[in-house]
Amino acid sequence: MARPGAANASATQGKRPWPGAEARRVAAIVLRVLGGVGGGYGIAALSTMLLSTSLPMPKAEAVLTASMASFAIFAGAIVWAFAARSVARAWLGLAIPAALLALALLIPGWGA
Amino acid sequence: MKDGFRQSMAWLHTWSGLLVGWVLFAVFLTGTAAYLRPEISHWMRPEIAAATPGPRDAEVAVAAMQALAPNSPSWFISLPEPRDTSIRVFWRDPTAEGRGFRSAVLDAATGQPVAARDTLGGEFFYRFHFQLHYMSAFWGRWIVSICTMFMLVAIVSGIITHRRIFADFFTFRPAKGQRSWLDGHNLCAVLALPYHLMITYTGLVIFMLMTMPWGIERAYPNQRGAFNAEVFGNAPPRRPLGQPAPLVPIAPLVEQARQQWQGGALGRLQVSNPNDASATIQLIRDDAERLSYNPQSMTFSGATGALLSTRGEGGPAAETRGVMYGLHIGRFAGPLLRGLFVLAGLAGTVMVATGCVLWAVKQRQQAAKKGQPGFGTRLAEHLNVATIAGLPFAMAAFFWANRLLPQDMAQRGAWEVHVFFLAWGFCALHPLLRPRRQAWVEQFALGAAAFALLPVLNLLLTQRHLGASLVAGDWVRFWFDLGLLGCAAVLGFLAWKVARHPATASRTRVAAVPRPARATS
Repeated sequence: MARPGAANASATQGKRPWPGAEARRVAAIVLRVLGGVGGGYGIAALSTMLLSTSLPMPKAEAVLTASMASFAIFAGAIVWAFAARSVARAWLGLAIPAALLALALLIPGWGA
Repeated sequence: MKDGFRQSMAWLHTWSGLLVGWVLFAVFLTGTAAYLRPEISHWMRPEIAAATPGPRDAEVAVAAMQALAPNSPSWFISLPEPRDTSIRVFWRDPTAEGRGFRSAVLDAATGQPVAARDTLGGEFFYRFHFQLHYMSAFWGRWIVSICTMFMLVAIVSGIITHRRIFADFFTFRPAKGQRSWLDGHNLCAVLALPYHLMITYTGLVIFMLMTMPWGIERAYPNQRGAFNAEVFGNAPPRRPLGQPAPLVPIAPLVEQARQQWQGGALGRLQVSNPNDASATIQLIRDDAERLSYNPQSMTFSGATGALLSTRGEGGPAAETRGVMYGLHIGRFAGPLLRGLFVLAGLAGTVMVATGCVLWAVKQRQQAAKKGQPGFGTRLAEHLNVATIAGLPFAMAAFFWANRLLPQDMAQRGAWEVHVFFLAWGFCALHPLLRPRRQAWVEQFALGAAAFALLPVLNLLLTQRHLGASLVAGDWVRFWFDLGLLGCAAVLGFLAWKVARHPATASRTRVAAVPRPARATS
């Protein structure tokens, strides 16, 4: 069965895994799940907040549009969390957009 | 790097699908049944004869409510339509305890309450598929929404994993063990892929204001009411003035609404503070007429008949949401399209089921090389039987309870649901006591027998059996009874197929062992 975390993949099949390697493989998966689910929801929520007040349309329309788009963003973030080559890249790729969105929300005029 | 990417997507697909696969199976199967909600309800209330909607339904309903609940603060009336030919009414009873809702089913011809048996009907499957049961609606909806998000991830990663989308259309290699399961899984997934994506995404959108409320929080801080009024046209309730004023006749208002909607039919009406000077009458267009589920409505003063407000098309985003909602519930679909929706829903159900089975088959093959299968594999196999074979049997048990429970039993409607879960609970325990393959065969066979005997039970216990429905031209009941036999045939076929499967878990082992034992555990 294919598993993410290419660095440790060799230790998983066939022979008895080296205990340290197994623990690191599990930790990598846990970190990706946390990043994808928690970070992904955070990015989706932040983007919904930003788009709700910045899209060029009536306010209620903007809220609906942003909310409807949020699940695609969420799914995209989860896919990224598992597709990235390493756990560090996965987290970096989630943290940077989240930080940018949070900064943009602080700009006056875009906030409500 | 390309292959590493595909491999991690395959991993994501496997686990996001498997972890919630059993919930998704139940949601898909009961959700598919929910396309037939009015038909199921009609079949489950054999006391009610089929009628034809007439032009005077609204007048009959309002007159009936004047007799039933003249002092109620609000009436909710669903008018007959071709798929559900009775008048259904809800009203708030000021003298009742709790939330104080009462309901009744009225004869469309006379307006008299029909003494129909107490049942949730198709409403049960409909509610279960998005909020489960035995827990608050809030938690049920959250659980189903989270599982739906897993489904979306499973679909997206599944599409990335399968590069041969088009070729999969024409690929099915039967009786080849794991290969066949994979082909079957791909076939169901790919054939109805637009449907699976649509139903999953729109399912998320329906509850988005609960699961993703941050846009409202940001744009309308602490003004959720203002947002609701703007988007859904929910006007704040008017307080009763305490000045008696008779309700104006309903027929001219209905005519006015028909003209406004260019001949569109009235579906529901809602009356607030009837017989008070503050009374309002809201006429809501039949939602089966439009793709978008953004109800069009007109609100009139109940005392003067003056038009107070009109709600028509929303903005583009509101209409998009309405169309997503409408696509999900499929109320707009005529018989043929509804049939396709049911088939696509069943394809989704089979897709989830074959996915779960495929995982267990693969694990067993790997275990065959190494030794005994682990606890995870055996748990998955157990849950596969209990869900895939057990749920259809539980649904049949629900229909049995509808026919067999005494008419005057207290909490009768609730007990039909308890029987459903008792039957399902039995199916969850049964695989503990039986060899794996026998458990599959027995549960499928039990389900087949339960469905096959339902039309017989109908013949013995009600006046609305197959022959009577045919003579009366009651096509909903006629096709429903035949549909039950169809379910029996499918489950019977599955039982037969599993029973004559050439034994054992792994084909590699079959070659090695000359005479495999019939029972495996």
